[in-house]
Amino acid sequence: MLAFTWPEFFQQITSGLASGAIYASLALALVLIYRATDVINFAQGEMATFTTYIAWMLMQHGLPYWPAFVLTLVIAFAGGFAIERVVIRPVENRPEIVIVIVTIGMLIAINGLTGWIWGSEVKAFDSPFPNRTVDVAGVAISLQDVGTFCVCLATVLVLWLFFRFTTLGLAMRAAAVNPGASRLLGVRVGWMLAIGWGLAAALGAVAGMMAAPTTFLDPNMMLVILIYAFAAAVLGGIDSPVGAVVGGLTLGVLVNLLGRYVAFVGEELRLPTALAILLTVLVIRPQGLFGHAVVRRV
Amino acid sequence: MIARAALIALRLLPVAVTVVLVVLIGQRAGEFRLDEFTYVAIYFAALLGLNMLTGYNGQISLGHGAFMCIGAYVAAVAVLGRPGLALYGHHPPDWLPVGDGMRPVFTIPLAFVLTGAVGFLFGIPALRLAGVSLALATFAMAVSLPAIAKKFENVTGGGGGVNLPLPHTPFGWDISTKRWLYYEAWGVAAVLFVLSWLLVRGRVGRAWRAIRDREVAATASGVSPAVYKTLAFAVSSAFAGAAGALLAIQVSYVNPDTFPISLSVLLLASVVIGGLGSLSGALFGALLYEFLPIYAQEPPLVHFAFGKQAPAVVFGVLLILIMYALPGGFAGAIRRMFAPLTRFLRERQNTREPILEPARRGEA
Repeated sequence: MLAFTWPEFFQQITSGLASGAIYASLALALVLIYRATDVINFAQGEMATFTTYIAWMLMQHGLPYWPAFVLTLVIAFAGGFAIERVVIRPVENRPEIVIVIVTIGMLIAINGLTGWIWGSEVKAFDSPFPNRTVDVAGVAISLQDVGTFCVCLATVLVLWLFFRFTTLGLAMRAAAVNPGASRLLGVRVGWMLAIGWGLAAALGAVAGMMAAPTTFLDPNMMLVILIYAFAAAVLGGIDSPVGAVVGGLTLGVLVNLLGRYVAFVGEELRLPTALAILLTVLVIRPQGLFGHAVVRRV
Repeated sequence: MIARAALIALRLLPVAVTVVLVVLIGQRAGEFRLDEFTYVAIYFAALLGLNMLTGYNGQISLGHGAFMCIGAYVAAVAVLGRPGLALYGHHPPDWLPVGDGMRPVFTIPLAFVLTGAVGFLFGIPALRLAGVSLALATFAMAVSLPAIAKKFENVTGGGGGVNLPLPHTPFGWDISTKRWLYYEAWGVAAVLFVLSWLLVRGRVGRAWRAIRDREVAATASGVSPAVYKTLAFAVSSAFAGAAGALLAIQVSYVNPDTFPISLSVLLLASVVIGGLGSLSGALFGALLYEFLPIYAQEPPLVHFAFGKQAPAVVFGVLLILIMYALPGGFAGAIRRMFAPLTRFLRERQNTREPILEPARRGEA
């Protein structure tokens, strides 16, 4: 174990924030769908992987990074929208367990499809950010990390502005909170759900494209990130968008620091640490940091 | 009287046919086919457990592959014991009651009990949230278990895994080891089948179904959801543990990557397609799990190989379609086919005991 130095400590925090921002994006995608459809979308990670492959394919066809990025977001949105309309809608009013099983079916099918179309060998994925570090007060900060953090947070900010300041955003929030009353007020609840799925898919695509330069592209790349996102969403409160972001960033930093400074955790036990955090939250505070406690009327 | 006898016969006939087929395959099949059907028995055992949890209690576990993994390691470590592990250069800590090795068969009940205990402890936090928290937690566990197995290599052998000695046929039977393993696996599966039948038909099964169908009403009737959900999870992980032990003995090798997350996910898919809420569904699921990958890669009649990823796509799409159209799976479809006959027989049956309609399956 190396000696403790402050510059390295801050370096660990910044790289934790970068991976935390990726977890936060995917966690936010889970929360969006949880609020709209009341289920946890187990296929979220696979949807993200699939769209990341699309981005890769677009770049293979000669498109520069940022146009490919934007085009992928559009495709992801359309895909998420279509999935809600075609796959989820028939089971919309069925019990929760049925919808969850359908998302698990999508997890299996999309994972298989990704491997079928693009093969299972690992591919490199370009990063739009330079691969060097800048020195800030003795702390070497990787530009890759800064870029990842900024892109994820910018996406979250745009979404927040959308939900806070547009009529469509308001209608979507209304549809999630009280579908019946919203319908009476003329909100097309079904379309709102589909838009929610589309936005979640686009968020997942951002997470995938930001993760791919470091994890490399392979059909199972989002599996581990999905577990972190689950833990982040539960930590922040599964129904709280703010919680998802705070939970994601906290988890990213926490896991990084534990992995670096606790010898027992080390490199290998980072993922089980996330599992332990998830279980601890479920025992001590099932509603998470920012979520609402479930109150059932009997 | 005749109607009553016919009803009983209708229930026993599938069991009898299965037993005859199992014995026939055991007598006649070549080593390769035999192996395939040994795996069917192993998955049958695991899916019986999963079906009690998902089909009868309405909880989703995406971690049954991980519980099989735990059972497999229990079996491997118990078979090898301290001396066996020392051969690999692994020395478990002294406080761990590892023992000096035992016969493979006896590790199966051990794996059953220990894995059940792990499931019980894991279920306490995982069942706290209503809804899918169990699915979440078990999924996370299944993904992170290989890392844990690799970390504690002085017990598990780390990433390299551990080899088990091939068992010998007992009682001086004149059959090959493979054939003995086949009968052993089906014997264990039969015991577990009877056990789950006893659980499902009685008080416990009624409580499980009540919680699945209307939790609030069940609570109001004095059924404690916490107790029965945790029980269901513990029992079903115990079944998975026994199946894992069988698998370890069968392949005589355990390493962390024998139990990938895809195993857990496909086990759930198989049991749902096979039929939630009926014990025969577990058998259909096991057949599907074993044979669908083979036939989906190279379908019969068509001279075209679809490649390795095709089975996953078929599984996924089939799972979604079953949820749309046939929530009872294959078993439910067959039951529906025989529904007119059973209804007719029930009406003819001239007894004073009240006829209990089975719980509505559509909501499984």
